[in-house]
Amino acid sequence: MTRRSLLTIGDLDRAEVARILRVGNRFAEVMTRDIKKVPTLRGRTIINMFFEASTRTSTSFELAGKRLSADVVNVKGSGSSVEKGETLKDTVITLNSYAPDVLVIRHASVGACAMAARYTDAAVISAGDGKHEHPTQTLLDLYTIEREVGPLDGLHIAFVGDVAHSRVARSGIRGFQMMGARVSLIAPPTLLPRDAGAALGVETSTDVRDVTDADVVYVLRMQLERMGPGGFVPSLREYAMTYGINHGRLRPGQRVMHAGPINRGVEISGELADDPTTLIERQAANGMVVRMAVLYDLLAGPSGSPEPAGAPIGAVAV
Amino acid sequence: MAVRLVQKPGPGASLVIRGARVLDPEAGIDEVRDLVVRDGVIGGDPDGLEVVDAGGMVALPGFVDPHVHLRTPGREDLEDIATGSLAGAAGGFVTIIAMPNTTPVVDNAAVLGTLLERGEQEAVIRVGFLAAITVGQKGQELTEQAEMAALGAAGFSDDGHPVSDARVMRRALQYQAITGLPLVLHEEDVKLSGRGVMHEGAVASRLGMEGIPSISESVAVARDAALAEYEDGWIHICHVSAMETVEEIRRAKARGIRITGEVTPHHLALTDEAVTSLDASRHKMNPPLREESDRQALIAALADGTLDCVATDHAPHDADEKEVPFEEAPFGITGLETAFAVCNTSLVAPGHMTLELLARRMSADPARALGLPVPTLADGAVADVALVDPAARVVVGQDGFRSRSRNSAWLGEELLGRVALTIAGGRIAWRT
Ligand SMILES: [Zn+2]
Repeated sequence: MTRRSLLTIGDLDRAEVARILRVGNRFAEVMTRDIKKVPTLRGRTIINMFFEASTRTSTSFELAGKRLSADVVNVKGSGSSVEKGETLKDTVITLNSYAPDVLVIRHASVGACAMAARYTDAAVISAGDGKHEHPTQTLLDLYTIEREVGPLDGLHIAFVGDVAHSRVARSGIRGFQMMGARVSLIAPPTLLPRDAGAALGVETSTDVRDVTDADVVYVLRMQLERMGPGGFVPSLREYAMTYGINHGRLRPGQRVMHAGPINRGVEISGELADDPTTLIERQAANGMVVRMAVLYDLLAGPSGSPEPAGAPIGAVAV
Repeated sequence: MAVRLVQKPGPGASLVIRGARVLDPEAGIDEVRDLVVRDGVIGGDPDGLEVVDAGGMVALPGFVDPHVHLRTPGREDLEDIATGSLAGAAGGFVTIIAMPNTTPVVDNAAVLGTLLERGEQEAVIRVGFLAAITVGQKGQELTEQAEMAALGAAGFSDDGHPVSDARVMRRALQYQAITGLPLVLHEEDVKLSGRGVMHEGAVASRLGMEGIPSISESVAVARDAALAEYEDGWIHICHVSAMETVEEIRRAKARGIRITGEVTPHHLALTDEAVTSLDASRHKMNPPLREESDRQALIAALADGTLDCVATDHAPHDADEKEVPFEEAPFGITGLETAFAVCNTSLVAPGHMTLELLARRMSADPARALGLPVPTLADGAVADVALVDPAARVVVGQDGFRSRSRNSAWLGEELLGRVALTIAGGRIAWRT
């Protein structure tokens, strides 16, 4: 039987997202204990396949699996079969023969996770495919906003910066809207996808001063590695001047997010990045418990029904 | 200098197609009657001939495809002249024209000569070959076009790549005074296309994929129309995909420029919404599937003659090459075996055009666009017949493919229309 996968945030509905966030809260409680490990996924096998470097995401998935007592295997893109000419399809078929329960896949190309899901019986979790989506990032962002700012319903979240190359934004727009938030995009015209407003159902602006309208300012990383030659902006210096977010561009009370890693002094000033009122560190910390919740939901949680009250997930520490 | 269309020798067909609607718009024929083919020629005495019961079917002049990829030489594992021409036959085609972007490129008389010889041994329908406009299709030096024209090239094309250098394009247009053959143009501004893998628009924005904008095609057409006007040239525009391009061609025709355009069944039937499948084997092609407004513009243009004809851009690929993440896969889908059914399903059945008009756009018009002989069902003509059953429901791929490749956008889907019999150059090339 093919398991339920999480390839895009659209694979979840509002109720399912809410359920995962609630489960995340309970794991967060577990993480305050001395022993931070529960037996929930004992005997389950998770393979992390990272074909694109990402210390942050791969570590948080690995720890999430281990703290749920699953067996976690990491396959890195570099030095792997991929470099020996084996295709993603071959790799997935081989790994599938070991009967894993979950494949977590990060890949540089759109469609990699969808393709992998066609060749495995395991649940596939996208940890980011190209510029497409990064659903667990969105879940941890939702979790962070809900805990630190308040319910999403009616909030206004503005993504600022390199929207064109951002899977964080693409997943986030869908996820935030699904939970009732209003989303807008503020970007240089060259970094705004064509027809973005209509395509994504958001307001768009090229004027950075519009950030003051938002409750949460979500700063996007300038993805220089994805831009290639041809210059989307004349220079990083000019970008920092025209679109970089710093204290001076914000009004009091606005919360700032960033999925990391940060280009200090480019999309965000160092001073703002280090300001404890930003949510950047909370996002990173919350990543692991939300990924635990996702793994729990795909493997242990009865799909479509509410999570079991009380007992199993956090009750027994080992 | 005559274009050489090659086909392997064989006995002429002798049969009576009984009770079909015989429809040849060019010859003014449209009646239900018997169609006699004797020794490969239309007409004559039906006595003693095999009878093919064709009630409810339509006998059309066989189809002509100005744009196919036979992958030969170099990638015979994907397609060769035998399998490609059989795929054409199964699709009702009597003449197909192969593109020169092979390995090696057909850019000299030796390679062209070899292909023509192989075609004479392998092709079950008539096959013609385009030669490259520039050496290695690199867009820099003209090939020895006079020599290849003398050998029987069907025209010149760098398909797969545009001729980006305007000065080279101008020289190729000037050289037409010697060859008398069309320039068949893949129109694309590769800088505008960038690293695009699908149409630039709302769907690409949602999927996070780099887009190929419509203007990447239309600005290139605008340039070449201007050059063709200046040099009094003859150009045929490959696989038109965008509304803006249709407008450029319409304007160019109105100015009296000798310009024709082709459109593929997939651009007529599908839009970029299909790309949400993330299945490169079905939905990754260049030019890419565009928006519904483009699709409607293409249908209207094919109907009013701004676009002259249907061409499949039959592009066989290996399953393994295509079974990779969408962004990494090569462009192209197969099309010969499904072309009639796709057009019949998405153009004729919904009432966008009559079967009669579709028949023109798949036979006489593509032949004229490239200056090839026009198939006809008139008495005394060499038999070039496609016998089709427009009402038959066919699941694509259910009976396998004659092509070596199966990267069809319609794999497993039901279409309306079956090709029951193809007689090409007087010989039976396909029969269900
Ligand atoms: Zn082509």
